[in-house]
Amino acid sequence: MALKIVKGSIDRMFDKNLQDLVRGIRNHKEDEAKYISTCIDEIKQELKQDNIAVKANAVCKLTYLQMLGYDVSWAAFNIVEVMSSSKFTYKRIGYLAASQCFHESTDVIMLTTNQIRKDLSSPNQYDTGVALTGLSCFVTPDLARDLANDIMTLMSHTKPYIRKKAVLIMYKVFLKYPESLRPAFPRLKEKLEDPDPGVQSAAVNVICELARRNPKNYLSLAPLFFKLMTSSTNNWVLIKIIKLFGALTPLEPRLGKKLIEPLTNLIHSTSAMSLLYECVNTVIAVLISLSSGMPNHSASIQLCVQKLRILIEDSDQNLKYLGLLAMSKILKTHPKSVQSHKDLILQCLDDKDESIRLRALDLLYGMVSKKNLMEIVKKLMLHVDKAEGTTYRDELLTKIIDICSQSNYQYITNFEWYISILVELTRLEGTRHGHLIASQMLDVAIRVKAIRVFAVAQMATLLDNAHLLTGSMQRNGICEVLYAAAWICGEFSEHLENPLQTLEAMLRPKVATLPGHIQAVYVQNAAKLFATVLKSQEGNTDSTTAQETSQLMIDRLPLFVQSANLEVQERASCILQLVKYIQKLQQKDVEVAEEVIALFAGELNPVAPKAQKKVPVPEGLDLDAWINEPPSESESEDEQPKAIFAKEEPKHSRPRHTEVDEKELARRREARKQEQANNPFYIKASPSSQKVYQDAPGVEHIPVVQIDLSVPLKVPGLPMSDQYVKLEEERRQKERAEKKKKEKKKRKEKRSGRGKKHDSGPESEEDITPAHMVDIVTEEMPENALPSDDDDKDPNDPHKALDIDLDKPLADSEKLPVRSHRAAEAPKSPAEDGDAESAATQEPKKKSGKEKREKKKDKDRDRKKSKEEKKKKKHKHEEKEEDLLGGQVEEPVVQSEETSEVAAPPTSTTAEVSDLDFWLSNAPVPSNTQEAATVAAAEAAPVPEAALGAAPDSEPDEPKDTEMEETKSSKHKKKKQKKEKEEKEKKKKKKKHHHHHHHSDGGGEESVQNGTVEEEEPLPPMSNYCLLAENSYIKMVYDIQGNLQDGSQVVVSVIFENKCDSFLKSMEFNVLDSLNSKLQRPEGSGPHDGLTVPFQLPPGVSNEARFVFTVQSIVMPQKLKGTLTFIVKNEDSSTHEKLDFKLHFTCTSYLITTPCYSDAFAKLLESGDLKGSSVRLEGVNMPFHHLLARICFHHHFSVVERIDSCASMYSRSIQGHHVCLLVKTSGQTVSIDAKCDEPTLLGNVLDEIKQTFSQC
Amino acid sequence: MIKAILIFNNHGKPRLSKFYEHYTEDTEQQIIRETFHLVSKRDENVCNFLEGGMLIGGSDYKLIYRHYATLYFVFCVDSSESELGILDLIQVFVETLDKCFENVCELDLIFHVDKVHNILAEMVMGGMVLETNMNEIITQVDAQNKMEKSEAGIAGAPARACISCKEHEPPGNAQKHQHW
Repeated sequence: MALKIVKGSIDRMFDKNLQDLVRGIRNHKEDEAKYISTCIDEIKQELKQDNIAVKANAVCKLTYLQMLGYDVSWAAFNIVEVMSSSKFTYKRIGYLAASQCFHESTDVIMLTTNQIRKDLSSPNQYDTGVALTGLSCFVTPDLARDLANDIMTLMSHTKPYIRKKAVLIMYKVFLKYPESLRPAFPRLKEKLEDPDPGVQSAAVNVICELARRNPKNYLSLAPLFFKLMTSSTNNWVLIKIIKLFGALTPLEPRLGKKLIEPLTNLIHSTSAMSLLYECVNTVIAVLISLSSGMPNHSASIQLCVQKLRILIEDSDQNLKYLGLLAMSKILKTHPKSVQSHKDLILQCLDDKDESIRLRALDLLYGMVSKKNLMEIVKKLMLHVDKAEGTTYRDELLTKIIDICSQSNYQYITNFEWYISILVELTRLEGTRHGHLIASQMLDVAIRVKAIRVFAVAQMATLLDNAHLLTGSMQRNGICEVLYAAAWICGEFSEHLENPLQTLEAMLRPKVATLPGHIQAVYVQNAAKLFATVLKSQEGNTDSTTAQETSQLMIDRLPLFVQSANLEVQERASCILQLVKYIQKLQQKDVEVAEEVIALFAGELNPVAPKAQKKVPVPEGLDLDAWINEPPSESESEDEQPKAIFAKEEPKHSRPRHTEVDEKELARRREARKQEQANNPFYIKASPSSQKVYQDAPGVEHIPVVQIDLSVPLKVPGLPMSDQYVKLEEERRQKERAEKKKKEKKKRKEKRSGRGKKHDSGPESEEDITPAHMVDIVTEEMPENALPSDDDDKDPNDPHKALDIDLDKPLADSEKLPVRSHRAAEAPKSPAEDGDAESAATQEPKKKSGKEKREKKKDKDRDRKKSKEEKKKKKHKHEEKEEDLLGGQVEEPVVQSEETSEVAAPPTSTTAEVSDLDFWLSNAPVPSNTQEAATVAAAEAAPVPEAALGAAPDSEPDEPKDTEMEETKSSKHKKKKQKKEKEEKEKKKKKKKHHHHHHHSDGGGEESVQNGTVEEEEPLPPMSNYCLLAENSYIKMVYDIQGNLQDGSQVVVSVIFENKCDSFLKSMEFNVLDSLNSKLQRPEGSGPHDGLTVPFQLPPGVSNEARFVFTVQSIVMPQKLKGTLTFIVKNEDSSTHEKLDFKLHFTCTSYLITTPCYSDAFAKLLESGDLKGSSVRLEGVNMPFHHLLARICFHHHFSVVERIDSCASMYSRSIQGHHVCLLVKTSGQTVSIDAKCDEPTLLGNVLDEIKQTFSQC
Repeated sequence: MIKAILIFNNHGKPRLSKFYEHYTEDTEQQIIRETFHLVSKRDENVCNFLEGGMLIGGSDYKLIYRHYATLYFVFCVDSSESELGILDLIQVFVETLDKCFENVCELDLIFHVDKVHNILAEMVMGGMVLETNMNEIITQVDAQNKMEKSEAGIAGAPARACISCKEHEPPGNAQKHQHW
């Protein structure tokens, strides 16, 4: 053995290491490729050896070669080998190599799952760290799913070094496995307040990254972030938070109001430019979100603009750049404040730095007005002439067009000027934006009717001088403008002064050198011109011109008939035959002009690019429904109740998703797509028409006779746009003079009430009238087009999947897969593994559900808002009174209100969070209280801020007089909110009708006196996890959940916590089955075999495993005896230990929280199938809502309706038994009347409820 | 998010490339070439931000770079990162390298690209900033190097001797003089 090692080392002496490789490459500059290929051969040899050191060395070299661009994926398996070395040195090399060259389609990745899991739970923190770092680079959906739970455990690791890495990598996990977001989120949130700044920073980082893509789901975190912002001193964290607020404010303007002051303070106080800049940015975002008319914010705008001006004037180019960048954001909403700095911005246009010039250009876009457009464009045209690099010049060109065409040509007063500008731009050499100019020409000519005469004349000149445009510039795409020119001349040929001349120009032989798609337009429009010529010659006794024109066509068209381009050829031969026929008729003196012109009759209207998409699906048309009954296989579908379809709102534009047969539909859709793809007659989604012609191949392939023109191009007869500037000036002066006269007259009459829209400078925009009345034809849209905003969303965006409502309580099915099930259980148990497996197929279903949920949420929010507005008015009067009544107790109320205000409807609450936390938690008890504390802290946090700092903007601050009635009513509203909260605390599935609230409102009145104080108390933290067994090594707590999908299964979640300083391994969980209840064991194992717990526990760590049990009868509680055996391993010894326990299956654990509507509930009671029973609890000393919450939480009930001190509750067993409760309280006595279709079950459940309350 | 971190010299030779998204080797090289092309033609006294890399990112992404002596450090980031913050981060990175290599120069990066990767891994993880405190980064890097040394132990002794004797010989045509 020793000999082998020595031999290995000696071998290594002759191997190249990384340094040798690098040196070798440097010494073989001439034949580098050859040298490297010999090196790769050596590496291949080295990888074949058994010695891991040699392999690691080889992999290390491969990593270097990968950087040089060599594909090393062939060594992927060797990389995995090195990764799994027990030595850190090699492991690190392996993981580095993997992170550099593994990706989703690397198939060996699936071999790494177990290795990575082992490394993650390694006692050596650097093994874990290296694994996390590596994983962050190559995590796949599978890895994410399999390892999510392990990583989540690491988020609570004792070492901050691991915690921060684990927190950070969760973002990648979320991206790859969106289902993990909700289960993991509570803990992530908790990490925002980690004692270690690094971990905190990582958590902020992750949440900011998530919130940036789907801000609305994170609004509820605003108070917490607010607290962090005011307390943190870490600039990195501050910058991230401030950026996050920038994304949140657009959704919640009230948040913005609150932010302005602390941000302004930061702006004044910070010395860090980066922080200052981000503050300014967010203040800008806030100002944008607030209505711009607010007078007290003009100071903030001024402050921002002023700070930005300082940045722009700074000699540091970086600051200058950023200043301009931020300025452009202000511009959108507060153009006036920016426009006053026009001098500065124009100055930046001359900067030597291209990035800065581009930014300045962006700003110009927003600074134009009717008044200064011509001036600014003139300046830009000068820059165009001067610009040397084509990229910058192209940028200028697009900017000029953008500036002019923005908001439907709003600022253009003189379209003749604009056409001239466009024509001038065609003279740019080497631009690749010919198509852009062309589309502008087309757009203007089509939509501005008044300009057609002028445009046609210009285009005719352009066609006449086409030789100047083509030639050497052929390749650069400027010839695209000829496409536009030809089309315009043809389409609007009636405006042409001399159509014959243009026709002649279009049929020149040189045209044949143009790209095919342009030739095609030439040919087609030549025909139009021909028709026009005939028309003009009609009635003319001398028919020679007409005949000559026909002859011209017949002479020239054959050139195009021979074209290699199919389109050109086809059109040309068609038209040629037509003309020949016409010629025949002409010779017979038949009048044909009418008929020929009829070929091209009819107005072409512009259609909006999104028009097609916006056509609504007619009512009653379900695009996904079968037209005929589908073949037999999908029987299940036929059973679906029709109600599902009927319920659907008829407005959906997209194909509707029916809840149930989604999977089936997806499959069918796939099949249909497949079919369509193979069907040549099916029109596939194609890019817009414009794209089609620019992408058309062939430009390069046409043989080109190059004409080099070094002389600057001046097209004779083309107007210079400059002269328009002068003309325009004169015209305006004249107009102004006239206006004055008119105004004098007007003053004598009445004032007209025309409001101003935009004004700039002394002369308001509206005063400038366009040179000629311009009718800008708007683009056509289909009738009753749907207004939708999500047009621009990219369906492939991975973040779309992360648009998940995080405030909703977690459902039972939403658990991170724990490896145990995979090994332990039969495939049919859906609550567990089945979930993960079917995740992919279920996803669309979830999504559609989510969409609905969100719609609902929005509605709720609106409702709430309006309510709050009302309340605010009343608020004014109430404050004093409340202070008297509530004292400090009142404060949390105000706060909780604020939180719920900020957080759209579902606020996460203490109980709920702690509940989530519990089943996720590894150290249940401490983490629960901690969580409760943090949440409480988070909620309380902004209070001092509201009281001290934000005096002007916190709403309820004005002095008020007291009025009894209003106090009362406002108090109700508060109560109502409280109740809403409460109900959520009870984990209720918040499908509550609003009138319930009103009910409870009405009744709540009497209980005000003693009710208020009571209800202020927050709910104590609750947990369903109870102790299973404990000794000095390990502690086990467990919770039992029913499985709705399978009436005979329950899932026992056990959290194992290592309490000692040793390593716990080889844990085996075994239970003595009873006749009624059995532990599900993997196939092939005997009925007495234990199940291996799929993880090991380092000291202080806890983890959760789940076990599936099958039960037959659920009406009776029962206990199962079991044993856990494990090995305690410390440095010098290892001992076998065991721990006995008793699993208590209560009847409660067979109940599943199921929401129930009050009407359904009433029907159920009326049906008479249920048998009653009742129980009386004495000496219950707790508020009613606590009582309800406890029943809900511990016994899986949901509140159906609550009126005063009386509530009806509902739950369902896994085998479908209905359990209904009517809970009444008076004093310390609580009476529960219950009904259930299974009396034994009911009796036991009631006993258990009694038990619960006797304990407290 | 950081999409890529590139280090190359004045001639465009890559010294380190770290992509936080997968590209094929060819695309990676193309990106490096393109980035070098964009960055190298800029004057010294212009701003350190650059838009319009065609291959990487898109409109949301920016190149933020610094030029030290013979090397360019380029970070490709999206709009969630603070521009000035990243500039600071590059500075931290370089200072950390300087501490770890004791007066770092291009040769250190050429011969020890694996170490540079390890240092970077303590700063940026999966495209997100992990740590900005230089002392913390150095502590972690040192601790790991120590572990590596202790692991080498007896079995590694001959190999180490071999490596160390290799390192004593003057490194080829290289000169270690360009300090920054």
